Amino acid sequence: MALRVLIGCKRVIDYAVRVRVKPDKTGVVTDGVKHSMNPFDEIAVEEAVRMREKKIASEVIAISCGPAQSQETIRTALAMGADKGIHVEIPNADMSVFQPIHVAKILAAVAKKEKIDLIIVGKQAIDDDANQTAQMTAALLDWPQATFASKIEKAGDDLAVTREIDGGLEDVKVKIPAVISADLRLNEPRYATLPNIMKAKKKPVQKLSPKDLGVDISSRIKVISVEDPPTRQAGIKVDDVDSLVAKLKEKALI
Amino acid sequence: MPSLSFRDDFSVGEISEIEESCREAASSRCSLFVDQASTDDCQGRAKVGQPLNCISLTYFFFLSTFQELDENLVESLTSILGEKRVSLTEPVREQHGRDEGPYEPMPPQMVVFPETTDEVSEVAKACYSFNVPMIPFGTGTGLEGGTLALNGGVCLDLMRMHGIGDVHAEDFFVSVRPGVTRLHLNRFIKDHGLWFPVDPGADASLCGMCATSASGTNAVKYGTMKENVLNLEVVLADGRVLHTAGKDRCTKKSSAGYNLTNLFLGSEGTLGIITEATLKLHAIPETMLSAICSFPSVKSAVETTIQIMSSSIPVARIELLDEEAMKACNAYSKTDYEIAPTLFFEFHGSEASVEAEASLVGDLSEANGGSGFRYAKTPEDRSKLWKARHDMYYAILSTKPGYRAVITDVCVPVSQLETMITETQHDFNVSGLSGPILGHVGDGNFHSFVMFDPEDDSQLKAARELASRMARRALALKGTCTGEHGVGWGKKPYLDEELGGVNVDVMRQIKAALDPKNLMNPGKVF
Repeated sequence: MALRVLIGCKRVIDYAVRVRVKPDKTGVVTDGVKHSMNPFDEIAVEEAVRMREKKIASEVIAISCGPAQSQETIRTALAMGADKGIHVEIPNADMSVFQPIHVAKILAAVAKKEKIDLIIVGKQAIDDDANQTAQMTAALLDWPQATFASKIEKAGDDLAVTREIDGGLEDVKVKIPAVISADLRLNEPRYATLPNIMKAKKKPVQKLSPKDLGVDISSRIKVISVEDPPTRQAGIKVDDVDSLVAKLKEKALI
Repeated sequence: MPSLSFRDDFSVGEISEIEESCREAASSRCSLFVDQASTDDCQGRAKVGQPLNCISLTYFFFLSTFQELDENLVESLTSILGEKRVSLTEPVREQHGRDEGPYEPMPPQMVVFPETTDEVSEVAKACYSFNVPMIPFGTGTGLEGGTLALNGGVCLDLMRMHGIGDVHAEDFFVSVRPGVTRLHLNRFIKDHGLWFPVDPGADASLCGMCATSASGTNAVKYGTMKENVLNLEVVLADGRVLHTAGKDRCTKKSSAGYNLTNLFLGSEGTLGIITEATLKLHAIPETMLSAICSFPSVKSAVETTIQIMSSSIPVARIELLDEEAMKACNAYSKTDYEIAPTLFFEFHGSEASVEAEASLVGDLSEANGGSGFRYAKTPEDRSKLWKARHDMYYAILSTKPGYRAVITDVCVPVSQLETMITETQHDFNVSGLSGPILGHVGDGNFHSFVMFDPEDDSQLKAARELASRMARRALALKGTCTGEHGVGWGKKPYLDEELGGVNVDVMRQIKAALDPKNLMNPGKVF
């Protein structure tokens, strides 16, 4: 009963980059800036590849929605061991208003089309920190969901997932098909080695448009402005406790 | 009253005079720092009152903040870099006058933060015209006091130069600026299937690693910085910009001209400021397998190592930890390893080759009495294994909170390793000091962290003397007093003995040619 697994991989600005706001305040600078696969998605890819190595999964498909450069992200997933890729091209200009709801609709459509048994995505993307895609996708498909997974194991015909929650760890069992979102401690992703990078160039990547999937990606939000957080003000030193109390009262903090 | 004076030939009489003046000045800004590597050889001479100029007895005299920097230089540097990128404040200066070794901080007079090679060149020109020392600073993770401002001067913090050039995947090289650290580079290039394997433990600046000719756990298979740097951009004392292999050139080999790249590797800031390094990259191994094995004695572990090296097994890492180290490791990293001399191995290659190598090493280990040979294959398990090894410094320090450690770094031919380690362990027992022994035994290189209570001068003295005996022992066995940490300030006393008079003279001649005013990190190396 080997599963067909779909992995969502998002191309994001690399976590180590110092992000800068564009002078016209319409967004952040992305030209010439290093991008890479969302770290939580790397963990999702790794988990799926391990499932295939353990013969729990039969095929691993990596999907990415984004501009042309998202193909590089898919190639990384293929180099890590995914079998084939799907690139849903979204024009660069539309990326600022392309939202998790759109991604969820696309994933749901692809899941139906490709007869997917398990969708694994990173728990959130490091650029928007939305943490919505897994949950929305599950709702659209009416599939069970296990989010913030730190362990996934086969349990008969179901999957036993350990979730990281505020109070500690929660063990749940989900029936297949299901949607899982990967958390940090699920695994440590492997590096793509040169031979695998070369092999990945030959793996098939299918190109689709949202229209092909019957998904409407017209924007539901409008970006008004993107600004730097206010610069931190210098602190002030006071001479004694009385002055401190006076200042706190002055700032209406006590 | 001398100011900012550095000499290594004070007579005992002069020392007491200076001590007296310090006390009279009652100035908290006056610190007399006396470092005594070993008094044995020089006792006799000291009594006679002759000027002391022997290697084993070195006195340093440092007057902190006694003299302010020339105002005009301060103004000049501020106009080159802007107010936000220069600093005269004490905390900033003190942070830049120290490293991770056991030496007290010696702050520079000013810290500047250039962002381009041009700025570094302008700063150098300014300091050169004012005859002020310059000290390059990276991540401050050195261990031999290389960044201590013995003579004050201007410290150039290069960490804001954080560019990484294009990754030339087909040619296996990339150029990095001083602000790029080892881990940052490896994360940057991993999607190309490439990595830079020199791993000294700390997440150090790669250009800093060039300056100290760093090495690490992987040297046994991949070599040290000396084998992995193709080109350097260096700003010389007078501001000239030098490209050691020619601008933008990076072929795997060349017979053109002198090997200037290797001249600057390991020069520890005494010949120039490294502003860019072109590094040779390697393919990320297809498979990495780690293993661990306990031994009944250090002797059997070292025997095994010698046999492994003699069999030419291309082991990627082979690290020895003694019982002290394993105890600290278990306590700090919550592992459950056996308390016995232990070898940590790592094998890189294809699935097949890695299994074969591991199997062979397993057999050799068992033949020498080794037991409990265990593998780790998944990234998580391997990380866990190596984190325990990497965190050893902190693990040791945490066994005696508040203590600090003198870190030794000797390297001897592998055939002499057993003698070296056994005699050192004996020395530890006799002196009553504690400290683990751990190291890159495949290279014949190992470290010990000799713990001492910083409040107890006699312990510090004993620790230093033990370290000194270790260095001397290594030299006697045809080894070196510093396998990878560099000479800095701490190992200066041994240089003459290790390299010989002619060698040191030639170095002095080269230094005089490149830095006639002795402004580049003065007081270091020799």
